[in-house]
Amino acid sequence: MRKITYREALREALREEMCRDSTVFLLGEDIGKYWGGAFKVTDGLAEEFGEERVKDTPISESTIIGTGVGAAITGMRPVAEIMFGDLTALAMDQIANQAAKIHYMFGGQAKCPLVIRTPFGAGVNIASHHSQSLEAWFMHVPGLYVAVPSTPYDAKGLLKSAIRGNNPVMFCEHKLLYPIEGEVPDGEYTVPFGVADIKREGEDVTVVATLYMVHKALEAAKTLEREGVSVEVVDPRTLTPLDKKAIIRSVRKTGRLVVASEDCKTAGVTAEIAAIAAEEAIDYLDAPIKRVAEPDTPIPFSPPLEQYVIPNEKTIIKAVREIT
Amino acid sequence: MFRKMLEIRFFEEKVFDLYAQNLVPGTIHLYTGEEAVAVGVCSNLRKNDYITSTHRGHGHCIAKGADLKRTMAEILGKKTGYCKGKGGSMHIADFSMGMLGATAVVGAGIPIAVGAGLSIKLRKASQVVACFFGEGASNQGTFHEGINMAAIWKLPVIFICENNLYAMGTRQSRVMLIENIADRASAYGIPGVVVDGNDVLAVYEATLRAVERARKGEGPTLIECKTYRHKGHSRVDPAKYRPREEVEEWIAKDPIKRFKEKLLRDGILAETEFQQITREVTVEIEEAVRFAMESPYPAPEEALEDVYA
Repeated sequence: MRKITYREALREALREEMCRDSTVFLLGEDIGKYWGGAFKVTDGLAEEFGEERVKDTPISESTIIGTGVGAAITGMRPVAEIMFGDLTALAMDQIANQAAKIHYMFGGQAKCPLVIRTPFGAGVNIASHHSQSLEAWFMHVPGLYVAVPSTPYDAKGLLKSAIRGNNPVMFCEHKLLYPIEGEVPDGEYTVPFGVADIKREGEDVTVVATLYMVHKALEAAKTLEREGVSVEVVDPRTLTPLDKKAIIRSVRKTGRLVVASEDCKTAGVTAEIAAIAAEEAIDYLDAPIKRVAEPDTPIPFSPPLEQYVIPNEKTIIKAVREIT
Repeated sequence: MFRKMLEIRFFEEKVFDLYAQNLVPGTIHLYTGEEAVAVGVCSNLRKNDYITSTHRGHGHCIAKGADLKRTMAEILGKKTGYCKGKGGSMHIADFSMGMLGATAVVGAGIPIAVGAGLSIKLRKASQVVACFFGEGASNQGTFHEGINMAAIWKLPVIFICENNLYAMGTRQSRVMLIENIADRASAYGIPGVVVDGNDVLAVYEATLRAVERARKGEGPTLIECKTYRHKGHSRVDPAKYRPREEVEEWIAKDPIKRFKEKLLRDGILAETEFQQITREVTVEIEEAVRFAMESPYPAPEEALEDVYA
């Protein structure tokens, strides 16, 4: 099968959906022909589809999302890009109070098919305002879906599902994933929301991981295999809806659970998944649940500081060893 | 137009009565005194044109053509309300009439109206959007971001600032050094117009020009309507921060009284016709109240429905 990058997979999804449906359009800062997106995901699309459908906006995050909401409830399928995930804070009212609640608050009259793409994640030395992982914020808002693709295949398939769906989606990308390559078939496919993927099968311990941590978990699994520990890596692919059944099924098989995510430990992705396991799978667990997460600090600049706080394969291996 | 204004006035007075009888849950923000704005604006709109509204939104809904029964039922939290009891007074929407809903976050409707305008432009439709907000909202960042974006893309949006002088208890002069919100239009390179918001014909004329401009693809207009709310900000507010003389001065400029006097003076309607309209509107409001009162509350577990489409 052909291999393409995560960035190319996202671009293919956008391109194919724009060809398929004339109501799909893109908006965001510097996504058009002068720049092609800060991470080049939309590169070339303005040339192909024109500036009306690939709209460069002023630096107005709140109104980028609000404009997306207004367009979505009047028949369009906008895909908004927020250049860095940290900047969703500027648009939080439109995301959490408007997009997420419009369907509910108006008694089901309106649909809001708005996709908000944004890169999270640390590891490139750009400090506290460009490196956070804030996926958990959006898990806490009923009415939003939250996608966290870790591979080019999932990125393309989930983005197509997000665009075709009828709900607002926080489409969380990771800036270190853009250049990674993976197998993506030539033909049409989608990846459904709420269906986890077993990225590696194993017998002794379950590692639930998201985004870049999936790759760290797979590296950790290789090392641990040499020590005779068989690791199963479960990638939820969407945090809302969350495929609880797949996580519980895996825990039932292995009896041990490590949850790895790059966001802060307190009230974060790992907290929620660990709580679900404690609530619904405690009888299957032979050891305490371990969480691998950012230690509740802002992301620092200097490389040794930054590397110290980002979870990696070593911290995953350490957590696995503690319970096996 | 006179009839619509009277519908809003009687509707709001009835909501106030029901509230006093403890029949309205939560809070209310009455539109009494500002009727000329919603009616003057919406009289220029077609059924498929859009509006966005605010926490003080009953008047906008009625002016755009919302059903009085379903509006009243929503305010009372009933299953037959526009939002099945999930929205209430501050979140009434009627998408079938282009009423894109009221948001209770001050200024948050502005970007949404801009998005509806963009949608119209991309679909090459001939609709327009009227976006209602207060002078308080003009201090929000969304005002700056939204109007600028509508201006650069020449979107068919009419920004209607209902300047009732007070944002809750905060008088305009305490939070801005300018007198006219419309002056801010020059910062975005679009026309800004000040009108007497208690003169329905003045509002109508100004909106007519803005709608024409919008439909021709020439872009947005900011219209500031100077008006006044007769009641306090919300149900608990006796509005002691407003000098009595000021309130009396504005009550004397009541938009309904003024419009009635003009219609009589110009011989367009006779006193007997006014009495007839008054009787009819009274009956309509009574029917709306009866419908709302007799409607059931939603089943509690309906709270779990409609989270996702």
